[in-house]
Parts: sequence; structure tokens; C-alpha cells
Amino acid sequence: MHRVLQQPFKTAVLVLVWGWLLLLVLTPNLLVVGASMMTRDPGTFLSLPLNLDSYRQLFDPLYLDVFLSSLYMAGVTTFFCLLIGYPFAWALSGLGKQRQTLLIFLLIVPFWTNSLVRTYALKLLLATNGLINNVLMGAGIIDEPLKMLYTEGAVIIGLVYLLLPFMILPLYSVFDDLRQELLMASHDLGAGKLSTFLHVTIPLTLPGVLAGVMLVLLPAMGLFFVADILGGSRNLLVGNVIKNQFLDARDWPFGAAASILLTVAMAVLLFAHKLSQRRLGEEAPT
Amino acid sequence: MTRWLPKTYLTLVYVLLYLPILVLVVFSFNSSRTGYRWGGLSLEWYQSLFNNHAMVQAMWNSLWLALVAATVSTVIGALTALALHRYRFRGKRMLRGMLFVVMMSPEIVLAISLLALFLLVGLQLGFVSLLLAHVTFCLPFVVITVMARLSGFDESLPEAARDLGANDFTMTRTVLIPVIMPALLAGWLLGFTLSLDDVVVSTFVSGPSYEILPLRIYSMVRVGLKPEVNALGTLLLVFSLTMLMLSQWILTRSKR
Repeated sequence: MHRVLQQPFKTAVLVLVWGWLLLLVLTPNLLVVGASMMTRDPGTFLSLPLNLDSYRQLFDPLYLDVFLSSLYMAGVTTFFCLLIGYPFAWALSGLGKQRQTLLIFLLIVPFWTNSLVRTYALKLLLATNGLINNVLMGAGIIDEPLKMLYTEGAVIIGLVYLLLPFMILPLYSVFDDLRQELLMASHDLGAGKLSTFLHVTIPLTLPGVLAGVMLVLLPAMGLFFVADILGGSRNLLVGNVIKNQFLDARDWPFGAAASILLTVAMAVLLFAHKLSQRRLGEEAPT
Repeated sequence: MTRWLPKTYLTLVYVLLYLPILVLVVFSFNSSRTGYRWGGLSLEWYQSLFNNHAMVQAMWNSLWLALVAATVSTVIGALTALALHRYRFRGKRMLRGMLFVVMMSPEIVLAISLLALFLLVGLQLGFVSLLLAHVTFCLPFVVITVMARLSGFDESLPEAARDLGANDFTMTRTVLIPVIMPALLAGWLLGFTLSLDDVVVSTFVSGPSYEILPLRIYSMVRVGLKPEVNALGTLLLVFSLTMLMLSQWILTRSKR
């Protein structure tokens, strides 16, 4: 242990950090757990007695529908991110180091620019009299504009567009770590390209896949503004439900229960991620 | 595999990634009111943007909020990283765990939990609630950035400084801070951008009295298309790009 900085300083730092995290992370999260078990009250937001009605309400057909369609849209989003991202990361890792750095930089540029503005930019393309329809009609490919905006597809396109870098970055990092010797060894031992890919590349990049899934699947359910701007009133995400319950319907216990659902989903994914890392750690010690 | 295939594929994805942004920028100079047809080059949307008093006010509010939030989170984040790097203390794993949870949990969960807290303690929603929320979600990013820098830190440097008679204060000022400076700047810029970009958390914890840019944009683009947003988006793009270049420049320069 380094005693470079003195005791009073250490105490002050720890008090500050712990104070902040306990007050603004732990307490609020416990409050949400508490809120989810209370009774709805339009005046004070929450009241006693404690009960589990809100959790029961999650299974109400009306909301179950929204949750399932949100899960479906998030699932499709994750699938497309993986479908685009996996070969992308693979192709990227095959380039020269300098070019890789540049391309990764170009990948995070959009991440640094306002996500709301980028969602809106998609609207310019997808609208009924938007750019895509204009171009297609101008070229004589279609006779009347396609309805793309305010559909489930538009929400999925928006989510893929915003979340793709979050899939690519962890994938790129596993491909970058993938040691060429392992691939060559597999080749030397007589495995063909396909066999090497299935038995070496895929298992070794699995933690990256799971990390990417985690970084895409959950936010995809929470980004209510994407559904709002591109999906219209019918294509809702869990995030829209939570937002409506808190800001409009004033049903806090239900909103809290819905958000706990997301938290539980996160915990499950984290667990799976940890498990996959541990298993790989045993099989292929590096 | 043929050699051109991966390159073609990469190019295609980048084209798709940048197409909407490009369209936005081009259309921001479009004089046509409907926003879809090209009506000639014009700067009128930039003009109407700056004549919109509420918009300009929201812009200043956002910049000020991002400035303060980035600064506070950099200070606290750097101290946290330092504590995690140098000290052994009870609950260290839990501290790391909590930072990880903040980073991984869906933004909306953080948002409602903070809203619940602020209403419980009776805090007026506005600048202060926004600031507390923004610092909280920026914190883990600063901690990670600074930790990464500290992990490559040569421990003999502070020892040498002490042997040469520097006290803790001098050592911190002349050795430690210069070493982690690039990480501090990068963390600050990241926090600044995250704060400026945030919609989800801000929607919940901002009151009617303090309007910030993302929320103003949000209410504008929910219905229809607004040419002013093209201009605003282009300005934000240029701004973020400048910040990003700056942080990359700082990071690459410091590696030498």
C-alpha cells in the first residue's frame, strides 16, 4: 500500500465518494423498490398499504402486449446489430493498425453527436415525402410513397442506427484480442476455414457477443424518444410505459414495477455474461 | 475470401451510418419551407434559430449545465479513481460495483429513481436536480478514464518525488496531476458531451423553470419536421466534432 497521500485526505475522499453514491445511487434505487410495492395515490404519488398489485398489473393483457412487442423490437434490433456488427468487427480487425484506429474513431463520432438529432435525421429520410420516397419515386421504382415512418420497422431502424456502435465496440475488442496463432494452430491441425470459424472464432468471441447484446438489448427497451419520434402512438417501448406512468398517468407503483422488470433483465444478462467469461477462462487460459 | 469484400462491406456500413447526418447538414442550408425539396441555398434557418429567444436561452442553460456537471464529475471521479487505485478500504468491491451498476443500468431506471429521491426530499426540480443527476451518470465514465491512466502510472515517480523532499501537496501538484491530466481532460470532455446529449434522464428531473436544449429539441421534433432543427443539429454536430478532435489530440499527444 502506498502512503503517498495522507490519512485525512483519504478519509475526505472516501466520505465524499461514498456519500454521493449512497445518496444518489443506492437510496434512490431502494426507493424505487419500495415505490413498486406501494399503492397508487394521485395526490401524493404513493401511499400505503404495501402490496404486489403493480407486479400483477404487469401481466395485464394490455401491458403484457406492450412489453412483448417492446421485447420483440429490442430483440430484432439486437439481432440486426449483431448481424451487421459481427462481420463488421471481423473485417475491421483484418485491416492495418493505423486504419483500424481511424475507422474506430469514425465509428464513435456519431456516438458523440446528439442522439435526438440523429433520430430526427432519420425522420428526414423515412418520411412519406422524405428523401427515400422522393428518390425511389423520382427513379420510377415505386408509384406511390412507401409508408415507413410511424411503423414498427422505423423504430427498429432507429434503434439499430443509435445502438450499432455499442455492439461493434465490444466485438471489435474480442476480435482484436483473438490471437492469430490459435487460428493458425487450428489450420495446422487440419481444420478447414469453416470448422475453424465454428470451433475457434465463434467460441472465443462469445463474451464480446454477450457484452454487445447487453449494451444493445436493454437500452433498446428504454429509449422512449426513438419510439416517440419514429414510431407514432402505437409502437411503444417499455421506456414509454415507464415515462407515461411517472409523468402523465401518475401511477408510480406501476412505473416502478416496470422499471424493476428492466433491472432484473439487466441482472440476468450480467450473470450470463459473467458465466460465459468464466467458462471461457477455464477452457482457454491466456 | 476475396480481399475487396470486407472493404466494400465496411464502406457500406459507414455510408449508412453517415447518410442521415449528411442529409441533415445539407438540408440545414435548404431554403424550402417544407424541408423535403431542395429550394436553393440559404442560411435562413440559422437566422431564425438565433432569433428564437427561448432557444438561445435553452442553449446557454445546456452549455452551463454541461460545463458544471463535467467539472464536478471530473473532480469527484478523479478522486474516486485515485482512492480505488491507491487505497485499501472496506467495501471497495461494493464501490466498484455501484459505479458499474450506474453505467450498465438502463438510463430510465436511474432517471425515475432520482426523480423519486428529489420529490421525497422536496428538492425543487431545476438546475440543481439536473446537475446532481448529470454528475451521477457521468461519474463512472470519468472514473474509468482516469483509472486507465493510473494503471499505467510508474509508481516510482511519487516515491522519487518524496525522496527528493517533496511533501504530499507538492508531489500531487507536480507529479500526480500532470500525469493524469490527459485523462482528466478526456473525462471532462466525455462528461460534457454526455450531459449535452442526455434526453432520458433530463426528461424526468428537469422542472418547468429551467429549460435545456435536448428537451427543447425533443418537444420540437415530436411532431413533424422543423427546419430549424436541421440547423441546430448541424451546429451541435460541428461542436461535438470539435470537442472529439480536441480530446483525441490531447490523448495522442500525451502518449508520446
